[in-house]
Amino acid sequence: MHEFSIARSLLRRVEAEALKHGASSVRRIQLRLGELSGIEADLLRSAFEILRPGTVCSGADLAIHEVPATWSCAVCGVAIEAGAALRCPRCRRPAQLSAGSETLLEHLEMEA
Amino acid sequence: MCETCGCGDPDLVPLEVHESLLAGNDHVAGHNREHFAARGLLALNLMGSPGSGKTAVLEATAGRLSDSGMKVGALSGDLATDRDARRLAAAGLRSLSITTGSACHLDAQRVHRALHELPDDGLDLLFIENVGNLVCPAVYDLGQAANVVALSVTEGDDKPLKYPVMFRKADLVLLTKVDLLPHLPQVSVAAIEEALARVMPEPAMIRFSALTGEGLGEWITWLETRRRAAERERAAALPGRERP
Repeated sequence: MHEFSIARSLLRRVEAEALKHGASSVRRIQLRLGELSGIEADLLRSAFEILRPGTVCSGADLAIHEVPATWSCAVCGVAIEAGAALRCPRCRRPAQLSAGSETLLEHLEMEA
Repeated sequence: MCETCGCGDPDLVPLEVHESLLAGNDHVAGHNREHFAARGLLALNLMGSPGSGKTAVLEATAGRLSDSGMKVGALSGDLATDRDARRLAAAGLRSLSITTGSACHLDAQRVHRALHELPDDGLDLLFIENVGNLVCPAVYDLGQAANVVALSVTEGDDKPLKYPVMFRKADLVLLTKVDLLPHLPQVSVAAIEEALARVMPEPAMIRFSALTGEGLGEWITWLETRRRAAERERAAALPGRERP
C-alpha cells in the first residue's frame, strides 16, 4: 500500500510550507487525483488520518478532487469511449490520455 | 482578508502549490535518468505479479546476451531475501539485491542508493526487477527508459483490464510461460491481446517461454533496438560534439 508513503511525503511537504509561511496550523488541503494515477483517494485519506495526529495538519480538511480517465485521439481529437480499444476509430492512431493521470497537490489554506 | 474565497478570515493564508505528490521521487528519478543517459546505459523497469516469471526471463536473457558481448546488470527488489539476485548472479549478470522490507515497490531513491553500490565498469544494459506486484510499482518512476511487464498465461486473460494503471505504462508485455498454453484450454491469447488493446495505447506483446526459448530472439531484438537508441542519444548529447 504505497498510499502511506505518499501521505507521509504530503505531510512533510505541507509542514514545510507551514513553517515557511509561519502558519500555526493547516485548515484545508486540496488534491487532484486521476483515475489512472495509481493513487486511491480512500486509501490516501485513511493513511492521512493515521499519520496526521500531532502535526500542523491535525485539524485539516483533506479535499480530493477525483478526475475520471478520458482518452481521445491525438490527431483528430475524437473522444474514445470508456472501455473501448485505445485507438482512434477514424484515423486508427493510438489514443492519448487527456485527463486522469493527475497526482497534484493543488492548494493549501493555512492559519497564520 | 482572504482574497481567494472571500471568507473574510484575516488569518487565513491561501497558497497555490500545483506540485505533484510524487515530486520528491520524480526529482531523484530524473537524476537517475541523467546518470543512465550519460553512460548510454539502457535501464529497464521489469514489473509483474509475484511468480509471473520475471527472474526466469532475466536468466534466459543473460544466457543469450553473454554471447553478444553486452555487459548486463540487474537490481532486484525483493521483500525479504536476496534469492533473485543470487539466481541472476549465477546466470552471469552483475546483480545486486534491494531488500525492501515491507515496502511493496521500488522507488527512485532506493534505486539511486543501489546504483552507488553496483560496480559500474561500462554496463550496457541494466534491468531493474521490481517487487512482484501489479499495483504499487506502476506509480513510481525510477528513471528507466522503458517499462516491461511480465504477464504469465496462468494469470488469466482479464488481468490487463483489472490492472489498467500498470498496463497503461507498459512499453512491452512479455506473455510468459506460453509453453503451458496446451494445458490451459480456458486461456485465450486473442482475449489477452484484446484486453491489452483496451488499456495500452500502443500494445506490444511478445509470447515468451523461458523453458523452450520461444520469443527469446524477438525479445533480444527488442532489447538491441532500444540499446542502440540509448547509445545514439548518448552520442548526440556529448558536449562539444560538432553537428554534421
